[in-house]
Amino acid sequence: MGAGVRPALHPLCGETALILVGAMGVTLTRAAQWTSAGSGPGTLEITPLNESLLNEIIKFTEGFHYRHPQEAAFVFREPLEWKTRLDYSVFESGYEISGTTVQSEDKDKDGQPLLLLTASTIRVRSFGELSRLLSVATEKKLKEAQACLEANRDPIVKILGPGYGTVEGEDMSMLRLLEKVKKDDDPETEIKMKISLLLQQLDMQLLNSSLKHISREVRLTPTSVKNEVDLLKHFSGKGEDTVLESLEYTSDYEFSNGCRAPPWRQVHGEICYLIVKPHDTNPLFITCSTAGVFLNGGREKEKDDIEYERKSDIYKDLVTFLRERSPKFLENMAKQEYTFFEEPVHEKQQHLEIVDTEDSGQSQKFYDCSEKNVFEKMKSPPVKGKPIDKKLEPSLKWKDTGLAGSQDAAKKDIKEEKEVRPISHELKKKASIISSGSVKAQSATKRKVSEKSEEASESSSESEEDEEQPERHQEGNTDLPSEYWQIQKLVKYLKGGNQTATVIALCSMRDFNLAQETCQLAIRDVGGLEVLINLLDTEDVKCKIGSLKILKEISQNSQIRRTIADLGGLQIMVKILDSPDKDLKCLAAETIANVAKFKRARRTVRQHGGITRLVGLLDCVSMGLANPTPSQTKDIEIARCGALALWSCSKSTKNKEAIRKAGGIPLLAQLLKSPHVSMLTPVVGTLQECASEPSYRLAIKTERMIENLVKNLSSENQELQMHCASAIFKCAEDEETRDLVRQHGGLQPLATLLSNSENKELLAAVTGAIWKCAISRENVTKFREYKVIETLVGLLTDQPEEVLVNVVGALGECCQEPINRAIIRKCAGIPPLVNLLTGTNQALLVNVTKAVGSCAAEPENMMIIDRLDGVRLLWSLLKNPHPDVQASAAWAICPCIENAKDAGEMVRSFVGGLELIVNLLKSEHKEVLASVCAAITNIAKDEENLAVITDHGVVPLLSRLANTNNDKLRRHLAEAISRCCMWGSNRIAFGETKAVAPLVHYLKSDDTAVHRATAQALYQLSEDPNNCITMHENGVVKLLLGMVGSTDEILQEAAAGCIANIRRLALATEKAKYG
Amino acid sequence: MNRKKLQKQAEALNRSARHFRRPEVECLIRLFHTLVPEAGERRGAAGLDRNAFRSVLHLTFGMTDDMIMDRVFRAFDKDNDSCVSVKEWVEGLSIFLRGTLEEKMKYCFEVYDLNGDGYISREEMFHMLKNSLLKQPTEEDPDEGIKDLVEITLKKMDYDHDGKLSYADFEKAVRDENLLLEAFGPCLPDIKSSMAFEMQAFQETHDL
Repeated sequence: MGAGVRPALHPLCGETALILVGAMGVTLTRAAQWTSAGSGPGTLEITPLNESLLNEIIKFTEGFHYRHPQEAAFVFREPLEWKTRLDYSVFESGYEISGTTVQSEDKDKDGQPLLLLTASTIRVRSFGELSRLLSVATEKKLKEAQACLEANRDPIVKILGPGYGTVEGEDMSMLRLLEKVKKDDDPETEIKMKISLLLQQLDMQLLNSSLKHISREVRLTPTSVKNEVDLLKHFSGKGEDTVLESLEYTSDYEFSNGCRAPPWRQVHGEICYLIVKPHDTNPLFITCSTAGVFLNGGREKEKDDIEYERKSDIYKDLVTFLRERSPKFLENMAKQEYTFFEEPVHEKQQHLEIVDTEDSGQSQKFYDCSEKNVFEKMKSPPVKGKPIDKKLEPSLKWKDTGLAGSQDAAKKDIKEEKEVRPISHELKKKASIISSGSVKAQSATKRKVSEKSEEASESSSESEEDEEQPERHQEGNTDLPSEYWQIQKLVKYLKGGNQTATVIALCSMRDFNLAQETCQLAIRDVGGLEVLINLLDTEDVKCKIGSLKILKEISQNSQIRRTIADLGGLQIMVKILDSPDKDLKCLAAETIANVAKFKRARRTVRQHGGITRLVGLLDCVSMGLANPTPSQTKDIEIARCGALALWSCSKSTKNKEAIRKAGGIPLLAQLLKSPHVSMLTPVVGTLQECASEPSYRLAIKTERMIENLVKNLSSENQELQMHCASAIFKCAEDEETRDLVRQHGGLQPLATLLSNSENKELLAAVTGAIWKCAISRENVTKFREYKVIETLVGLLTDQPEEVLVNVVGALGECCQEPINRAIIRKCAGIPPLVNLLTGTNQALLVNVTKAVGSCAAEPENMMIIDRLDGVRLLWSLLKNPHPDVQASAAWAICPCIENAKDAGEMVRSFVGGLELIVNLLKSEHKEVLASVCAAITNIAKDEENLAVITDHGVVPLLSRLANTNNDKLRRHLAEAISRCCMWGSNRIAFGETKAVAPLVHYLKSDDTAVHRATAQALYQLSEDPNNCITMHENGVVKLLLGMVGSTDEILQEAAAGCIANIRRLALATEKAKYG
Repeated sequence: MNRKKLQKQAEALNRSARHFRRPEVECLIRLFHTLVPEAGERRGAAGLDRNAFRSVLHLTFGMTDDMIMDRVFRAFDKDNDSCVSVKEWVEGLSIFLRGTLEEKMKYCFEVYDLNGDGYISREEMFHMLKNSLLKQPTEEDPDEGIKDLVEITLKKMDYDHDGKLSYADFEKAVRDENLLLEAFGPCLPDIKSSMAFEMQAFQETHDL
C-alpha cells in the first residue's frame, strides 16, 4: 500500500468512455467529433461538444457505485485497458502498490484484482473501480475519460460481452437479454440486464444533451466568414490604430459556394484559410470552418502547402479568436468598437445558421453536385498528397466542376466522403468506357492532372497556351454535321481496306477542311486517330505518308495533340525519322513539331531518342549551294522540318540540354546562314528559346551567331525580327555580346524597330534587347545618336507591362550618363516615370525605381521629382513585400536625399518613414541591408533626422549587421556607422553593441572601397577611448599603418586620424600612470 | 554471248533507257540472259514470257495481284508479242525503277487502262478495286463498299465529270497528290525492293 498521495482517477473515465461508445453508439461515433485529418486510431478532438459529452459520462460513472452498488461490483467480461497519465503515486488506500504496479484490494472471484496498473497501462474490470479511479484522478478526469474512450471504441462489448455490441440498425440486445433472463435465474444475467439498461439510459441522456448542445451551436458559413474578413480588412493596415497589420486569404480563387478551401478540404467543413498578421505576434495561419475558427499548422516555406491539422481551440468567430490571440487587437478594437460593431452585428446574425436543420439535406446536395464531376474529382487524389498550385489556386478543372456548388457539402463526417467514393468508382468506369468509345475525350482532363505532378522538373520559358484549354464537347448526337458521317465511312475503309483502298480513303479525307475543328474532332470521335497511328506502324510508305499528311493538319488542335500522344503516336513518329524516305521524314518532323506543344509530349520525344534524331535532320551539307538539285532542296526541307520540331521541343529545359548534347548548336549556327525566312524562323525561334540557358548564350557568342541575328533584325518578317531581338535580349547580359551587337551594326536596326509600336510582342523583344545592350556605355552613346531615348520616353505610356518593364529598364541604363538624364527631362520623361511608381508589377517597380533614382542624380530632375511627390512614392515602396523592390527603392532614395533641397525637412515630413526604414535593417536580404545602410548614411547627414533614427534604435541594428562577409554591405554599413557616430553617445553605443571588432576585420577585405569606409568609421569611433582599446586589441594599428601609405587621400587621412587618436590615448594613459 | 556483242547492245539500249548508265545497262542485259537461259541463243527474238516475267515481279518486287502483274507485263511488252525482249526489259526497268513522275504516270495509266481505250472506266476501277476491302458479312450488298470507293475515287480524280478518267484527269490528280499515282493497285516497286534489286543486279557486275 502506498503512502501514495492521492487517489487515482481512472475508473470514471473508463466508464465514461464505455458508456459513450457502447450505449451511445450514436452519440460518440456520430456526434462526437473525431479528428478528421491524419490516420491511425482516431482521437477525440477537444471541442465543446465532446467536452460536454465527456463530462456527462464522467458524472454518470462517478455516481455509479453509490446509486447502483450491486451493479458496480459486476466484473466486466474483459478489462477496459488504456494508457494512463496517472502516476502510481496518486493511488492510496484501497490499493496495493509495489514498485510501479498498483492493484486494487478488491478482487474478483478468481482472485484477480479489479484494477491493475502496470507501467502506464491500466486495466479496470468493474464500474466500482472506475468510479473510484475517477475520484482519484481529480482534475485529470477528463483526460482519462478521453484516453479510455479512444482506446476502447466499443466498451459495451468488453463490459457485457460480444452479444451486446453496438449493432447498426435495430438493437435487439435488450430482447435477447430479456429472453435469457426468463430462461435462467442466473443473477449475473439480471445484473447485466440492469447495466445494459442503465447504459442505454445514459445513451439517451447523452443524445439529448448533445442535441441541445448542437442546436445551441452556431455554425459559420462562407458568407459570414467573408463579411467578417472584409470588415477586419477595413480596419487593417500599417499604422498604430489599426487592429491588424494585414489579413489575407491564402487563395484568390473563390468557389461559387463562397469557399476558398480546396474541395477535398471542404468536405471537412473548411471554408477558407487566412494569414493574419497582428501587430504584436507572428503571423497566424488560421482555418475558418463551419465549426469555427482555429489555428492550423501554417504553411511551410518551401512547400507552399498548408498543414491542415488543428493546432488550437476552436473559437466561434474570427474576432473572438483574435481577441484571444492578440492583446493589441483587443486594445485597438476597443477604440473602434463603435464603428466596428454597430453595423455588422445584425448582418452577422443573418448569416449564422443553425446547423443540424440543414445537415441531412446537405449531404444530398453534395451528391447531386458531385456526381457528374466525380470523374474529375477522382483524378485529384494526387493533389491531396501534394497540392500543386503554388497559391492553392484550384485548376480550371475545379472551376468547371459543380463541386464548387457544394458549399454546404462542407461536412464534419468523414463517412460522407467514404460514401461518395464507391459511386465515383462506378462513374470512372463508365467514363472510361465512354472515352474508349471515343465519343468524348474526357481523358484529356485526366492527363492534365497527372502531367502536373509528373513534370514538376520541367520548366518552360514560354507560357503554354494549350495547357489549360477547356475541353469542348459536342453537344449530343443531334446536330452532327454531314462531314461526320462521311468521315466515319472513310475511317471504315481505312480499317477494312488493303493499301490501295487505304490510300484512296486517305486522299479523300484530305479533301475535307482539316483545319476545321468539326472535322478534326470527327476524325477523333469515330476512332480515326487510332487507325491513322496504326498506319504509321505499317510497312507501306504511301499509307504512312497519307496518314502523316492528315495528322500534320489535325494536330493543330490541342485536343488531338493529346490524343495522339496518348495513343503512342510520338514514339512511332520518332522512329519514322530514321526512314530513308525523305518525304516521310519531313512529315514526321512537322507533325512532331505540332504535337510537342505540351510538356508531356516533349518529354516523350526526348525519352524515345527523338531529340538526337531531329538534330540529325539539321545536318544538311547542301545548305550554302546556289543552285541545289531537287534532292538537295529536299534535304534543306528536311532540315527546316527538323528545326520546326526542335523549336517546339526546346520549350522544355531538359530538351535544351539534349539538343546541345546531340551537337545541335553548330548545326543551328550553320542553318542560321540560310537566306530563307521559312528556315530562319524555326532556327532563330529555337535559339532564342534556348538562350535562357547560359551554355547557349556562350555558344551563340562563340559560334558567331550574333552577326546573323543582327542581320535578320532587318528582315521583312516581323516574327523573325522578334525572335532575333528576343535572342539578343537574352544574350546581351554578356558584355562581349553587347559589343558584338554594336560591332555588327545591330543598334541601328533595333532603334528603327522601336517605331513599330503596333506589334507589341515585337516591341517587347526589341525594347528588351535595347535595355540589355544599353548596359554598355558605348552602346548608349550610339543609342543617343539614334534618338532612342526620346522614342523610349514616348513609349512610357499606354504600353503593356512587358514592354514597359523593358522600356524603363533601358531608360534606367541610359540614365547612368548625366547627359541622358537631361534628355529625359527635356522630353518630359520624368512625370510618366514617377507615375509608374504607383504600379504593382514587381519587375517594373524594380526598373522604375532604378530609373527614377538615376534621374534624381541631377538636381534639376530632382526638383521635378520632388514636385511630383516622387520621394514619398519611393518611400512607400519600402513597404513592398518583395525584397528586390525594397532594395531598389532604398537605392533610389539615396540620390534623392543628396540632391533635394531641404532634404532633411522632406524626410521628416514622411510620417513613420524613418521608423520604417530603420526597421528594414531587420531584413534578411543582403541587398536590402546594403541599400538601407546607404539610405541611412544619407538620412543621417541631417542632424535632426539622425537624432530620430537614433531614437528608433538604429545603432544596435547596425551593430547587429557587423559580422558579415559581403563587401557591398560592409562598405555601406561602415559608411552608415561613420555617419551615425555624429550624434550623442552613439560612438559609445557602437562600442557597447560590439560593432568595433568586426569593423577592424573589414580592413583585411580586398575591396578598397570597403577600406576607405571602414577607416572613416574607425576614425569616428576612435574618439571614444574604449573603442580605441578594442581596436588596438584587434590589431588595428598594423592594418591602418599600411593604409596610411595609400594613394587614396581620404583613406590616408582617416587611417592617420584613427592612429593618432589611439596614440593620444596611449600617451595620456602613460602620463596618467607615470606622470 | 560475247563481250563485243554485249557492249554494242548496251550502247544501243543506253540511248533509249536514259536513266541507266552504260555499265548498268550491261548488268541488266546480263541479268536478262540469266533469266532467259539458253533461249536467247536459240531463238533470237524470244525473251521473257509472261510466266517468267511474273515470277520476277513476284519474287523480286513482291507483287501479288495477278491482274496487276498481267497488266505490268503488258506495259513492258510494247510490241504485244507476249514476250519481253532485252530491249523491252531494259527500257521497261528504266521507268519502273528510275522513271520520272511523268513517265511513271504514263506507265501507271497504261497499267490501269485495262482495255486500252485511253480511259479508266467505272467498270475497270471496280474490277481493280474489287478485292481491296474486307468483306463485311453483315452488309447486304457485299459490293456496295467497292462501288462507294469507286465513286469516291471518281469524285476525287474525275475533273471533267464525264464518269471516267482520262489521262488528263489522271495526270492532274496525281500531280496534285502524288499518292494517287498507284491509285488502283501497286504496279511500281517499293523503295526497299527496288533498292535491293539494284544493289543485287549492279553489285554482281562490279564483282565480275
